[in-house]
Amino acid sequence: MKNNKIFISGDEAVAVGVKLSRPHVIAAYPITPQTITVERLSDMVEAKELDAEYMHVESEHSAISATMGASAVGARTFTASSSQGLLYMTEGLHYCSGGRYPVVMMNANRSVALPWSIYGDQRDSLSLLDSGWIQVYVEDAQEALDMIIQAYKIAEHKDVLTPMMVNLDGFILTHTYELVDIPNQDEVDQFLPAFITPNKMSFEDPKNLGFSSKPDDNTEFKYQQNEAMFNAIPVLQDVDKEFGSKFGRTYHGMVEEYKCEDAEVVLVALGSVCGTVRVVIDNMRKAGKKVGLLKIRYMRPFPEAEVKALGKRVKAMGVIDKDISFGYEGTVYTNVNSALSKIDKHVFKQNFVGGLGGRDITKNEIEAMFNKLFLGISSEQEEKVEFFSLNVETNE
Amino acid sequence: MNNMLAIPKVNVKNMTDKEFFYGHKACAGCGGSIAVRLALKVLGERTFAALPAGCMSAVGFIYPQMAFNINALITTFPGAASMGSGIAVGAKAIGLKDFKTVVIAGDGGTADIGFQALSGMIDRNDDVLYICYDNEAYMNTGIQKSGLTPYGTKTTTTPTGKNLPGSVTHKKNLFEIIAAHDIAYAATASIGYPQDFINKVNKAKHTKGTSFIHVYASCPTGWGTPTETSVDIAKEAVDCGLIFLAEYENGEYKLNRNPKNFKSVNDYLAKQGRFKHMSDRDIEIVSSNRDKKWERMRKHWLQK
Repeated sequence: MKNNKIFISGDEAVAVGVKLSRPHVIAAYPITPQTITVERLSDMVEAKELDAEYMHVESEHSAISATMGASAVGARTFTASSSQGLLYMTEGLHYCSGGRYPVVMMNANRSVALPWSIYGDQRDSLSLLDSGWIQVYVEDAQEALDMIIQAYKIAEHKDVLTPMMVNLDGFILTHTYELVDIPNQDEVDQFLPAFITPNKMSFEDPKNLGFSSKPDDNTEFKYQQNEAMFNAIPVLQDVDKEFGSKFGRTYHGMVEEYKCEDAEVVLVALGSVCGTVRVVIDNMRKAGKKVGLLKIRYMRPFPEAEVKALGKRVKAMGVIDKDISFGYEGTVYTNVNSALSKIDKHVFKQNFVGGLGGRDITKNEIEAMFNKLFLGISSEQEEKVEFFSLNVETNE
Repeated sequence: MNNMLAIPKVNVKNMTDKEFFYGHKACAGCGGSIAVRLALKVLGERTFAALPAGCMSAVGFIYPQMAFNINALITTFPGAASMGSGIAVGAKAIGLKDFKTVVIAGDGGTADIGFQALSGMIDRNDDVLYICYDNEAYMNTGIQKSGLTPYGTKTTTTPTGKNLPGSVTHKKNLFEIIAAHDIAYAATASIGYPQDFINKVNKAKHTKGTSFIHVYASCPTGWGTPTETSVDIAKEAVDCGLIFLAEYENGEYKLNRNPKNFKSVNDYLAKQGRFKHMSDRDIEIVSSNRDKKWERMRKHWLQK
């Protein structure tokens, strides 16, 4: 396989991934830290490197509405947003998944006002887990590029037909430069064929879409939507394997385990912080500590089977949440806990909430998390939700 | 610029017998459904229709009874124009040719919640016809005030009583706000003048870029009028001068109808439950507002 590595940011990697996926329509509204992606795409359209219609919409609500309209005639579409913009799209997110339009979007994970913050955490997308979108969280620019290509193949699969959001941490990934291997266009074309869907309006077979349903029918539609999300699990695993055999990179489907084979204590995390956790694990392992990482890639559909399987093998599990559901706990923790409650074994758990509004999560803090988990096993401590950078526990 | 002479005329004699909007559940005498029926007959089979929340989408898409005999969908409420744009742009991008996209939205969906997206669509000059059927309130949700509800109207959110005369605001100048975008083609119409409306839809159909038609469409349910008078009352609104028929094209306004004498505003208002409470003073406010508008229109919009 020929190497074609270039030094680009996460935002630029997304733009390249979009270009290689050959969308017909791009509609987006600028918001920091997503902007570089849509700027690069407009450059590519201008240069005719990308044969797509670029729609300068006047808002994020119109961005998602326009992509749905284009998808409804069978066009492949892309949009991108972040934070306030993503929340402004919220109505459209639910609408899009309910309409089974396989729109692909990039979300630059960013904190949510108030107070205003352009910096990263994951409160924007995690507050939208119930909007019916497949949500994947990537760890670096290469994964961002590769997942855009995979996203189209997953979202457009006939058994799925569900929109997909590729999340990358604002600034930490969007604005950091890395060497990224650029797949060959011909190989991408072989991997990702043209979008063909029965769920569209056409003059050969006219349809009324986006209709209303009565109480007699609504549950059936929502059941099908839920089934489609579960259908995505084997599809995304197959797509990842096929991607691996074609491009030499695979991301292990729903989750990636790092040094979990013999681990007693693991941390669960999403996105870029996983890189820091890996470094801490390597250091602690040198000192003989059996620690590991469960990198959750997909929050929807949720990797329940994978969390349960790992829960059966370890003594303690900590969850890092770059978000907080006010009045309770971190959202990732709630989801992990729900899965662990279904196994017949007690696992010591702790929730580490932090990294909010762009605050760094340091190696020392991560090491302290592992140590607290070890302490929890040995001393039968109560399980806690901790704002770790404040050293405050909330559920006392 | 359109060469109107080259556009084949559509009238009651040569209009298609095919129906593209039927089997819907609109109220008896619904003016909006008349506007949709006529517009689609002019636009024909190669049309994509996009409708936001509102009466026409509520009555036309009740699964499994689909009332549009062409491609059609319900859009997000604020995103009718942008979803319509997406259809037009997407269809072009996949290589479709010889088709029209039409957005059909109510007065609230247009002048209020959908206005931002509409402005964006005109700015991009996407190839879409946007038809606003104006029944002067949010009728689908039960007759609440919109930005196009006229002064003195009793609605369920502008009650009349000792302290309020009903709606205290006049209709937004929607047509002029749209024209101010320097849109390719814009017009006002009324279902009381169907041939005029048909001509304008036909003109818009053959306009490249964004076009807009604001059609006055009566609502017996919301207006408190007999169902059999829907067309008459929409005509009378024009004849008494409260509604005007005009076009904007190539940067110029044109007043299509300029009556020497208006019919009585009093009579028009008195026929409708929503205006029955109006005092002489409030009727005078409505009349003088009409006169000011006409003075301005006659000064600037009449072809010299």
